[in-house]
Amino acid sequence: MVGATATAAATRTDEPVLATVTFTVNGQRRELELDTRTSLLDAAREHLHLTGSKKGCDHGQCGACTMIVDGRRINACLTLAIMHQGAEITTIEGLGQPDHLHPMQAAFVKHDGYQCGYCTPGQICSGVAVLEEIKAGIPSHVTADLEATPQVTEAEIRERMSGNICRCGAYSNIVEAMTEVAGARA
Amino acid sequence: MKSFTYERPSSPAEAAAAVARTPEAKFIAGGTNLLDLMKLQIETPRHLVDVNGLGLDTVEPTDEGGLRIGALVRNTDLAAHPRVRTDYGVLARALLAGASGQLRNKATTAGNLLQRTRCPYFYDTAQACNKRQPGSGCSALDGVSRQLAVIGGSEACIATHPGDMAVAMRVLDATVETIDAAGAARKIPIAEFHRLPGDEPSRDTNLEPGELITAVTLPKPVVGTHIYRKVRDRASYAYALVSVAAILGKDGSGHVAFGGVAHKPWRVEAAEADLPKGAKAVTSRVFADAKPTHENAYKLTLAERTLSAALNQARA
Repeated sequence: MVGATATAAATRTDEPVLATVTFTVNGQRRELELDTRTSLLDAAREHLHLTGSKKGCDHGQCGACTMIVDGRRINACLTLAIMHQGAEITTIEGLGQPDHLHPMQAAFVKHDGYQCGYCTPGQICSGVAVLEEIKAGIPSHVTADLEATPQVTEAEIRERMSGNICRCGAYSNIVEAMTEVAGARA
Repeated sequence: MKSFTYERPSSPAEAAAAVARTPEAKFIAGGTNLLDLMKLQIETPRHLVDVNGLGLDTVEPTDEGGLRIGALVRNTDLAAHPRVRTDYGVLARALLAGASGQLRNKATTAGNLLQRTRCPYFYDTAQACNKRQPGSGCSALDGVSRQLAVIGGSEACIATHPGDMAVAMRVLDATVETIDAAGAARKIPIAEFHRLPGDEPSRDTNLEPGELITAVTLPKPVVGTHIYRKVRDRASYAYALVSVAAILGKDGSGHVAFGGVAHKPWRVEAAEADLPKGAKAVTSRVFADAKPTHENAYKLTLAERTLSAALNQARA
């Protein structure tokens, strides 16, 4: 149980309500005392100073905040940090660092998968998770046969990446980067 | 966002009791719609009851040959489930046509049913909206209504149910299972789950305060081609302008429900006997009482053509 429970019966004020949460971020155990309203994105950026994940729309429409939580990509802006007690969280900082790039980061550099770079951390986290989703056999809207194993195709990548917006329009280069990583691994 | 207290109960009955006894409390599961609305202070719960730890996340066969889907099964997992892909293709297709990969990873079966029926004026707190603020009026009636309801609306509200999954659940004759604060269970046919706006558009469903969805059950599979056809403004991650969920035989006979046209998934069972006669015979009956605005009358033509495309797909 979390600390907020004790105050559940209190009458409403607009005072902040604090609660504690413990989770693992990029392999490190972190304990935070947070306003219950704090999104996982704000917890990472404002409290853990992991500013790689970006706040674009803050409403789940742009994907710039995408993190991998317990193996699944999610919009970190649309989830409360305190709902992730015990979770394993990976942000762009945990995927790779400048001296040790994740293959997807290296492929984005090689294929110019960005221009301004703001959406890039979310694109890369999403891209890594998308390839895992295809590998796990999870179908998509463009998978022709629901009972067949989905393949890494341009159409599959574009459909699965539709929750990540790039206003610079680097989409075709993002598809190339992801295709290369998928091929290298196959 | 307004501040709130938070708890994680350990059983469904405890969760239902917690919401029933706490003023302005809400359940939170995936949170993808609720938190979005809380940020805009359209939803302002003072207490959140997190149901994610309650189990309720398995898909099990029923004795009747159907499927019982736990309330907390994520949209991604439901769409990928082997039985759903094999026997309930319309449901898998509807799920995969909805939202984005990130959202489907979070969104739950129950939460998908409980996403708010809404329109752009519901989101714009500077505008009148009877759903958001009862009695304030409806800006949509004389406003931008291209995406809004063509049938089943009222003078108070013409919002559309935005879901895809619920349209498939409607054509599959799903049943929603709930538990209330006293621990009593009930089963609600999907046809009676969502409401039309009438003069009380603030209520989207017939759930009672504190009533918690525990599962959604599907009857045994219906043989036929399972089709979910969604027409939207862009190829992915957009609401339906019109969608068709259908299970059809080669002769066109079968079942059909429409999305994007009303305050709830829209199905007129009596019209389904006319499916072998073609789309127009069906849609002229399904939409006989339509009252489109000058901006959304196109949806009637689009519904007929989308059904026609589904019938062609089934016959191919």
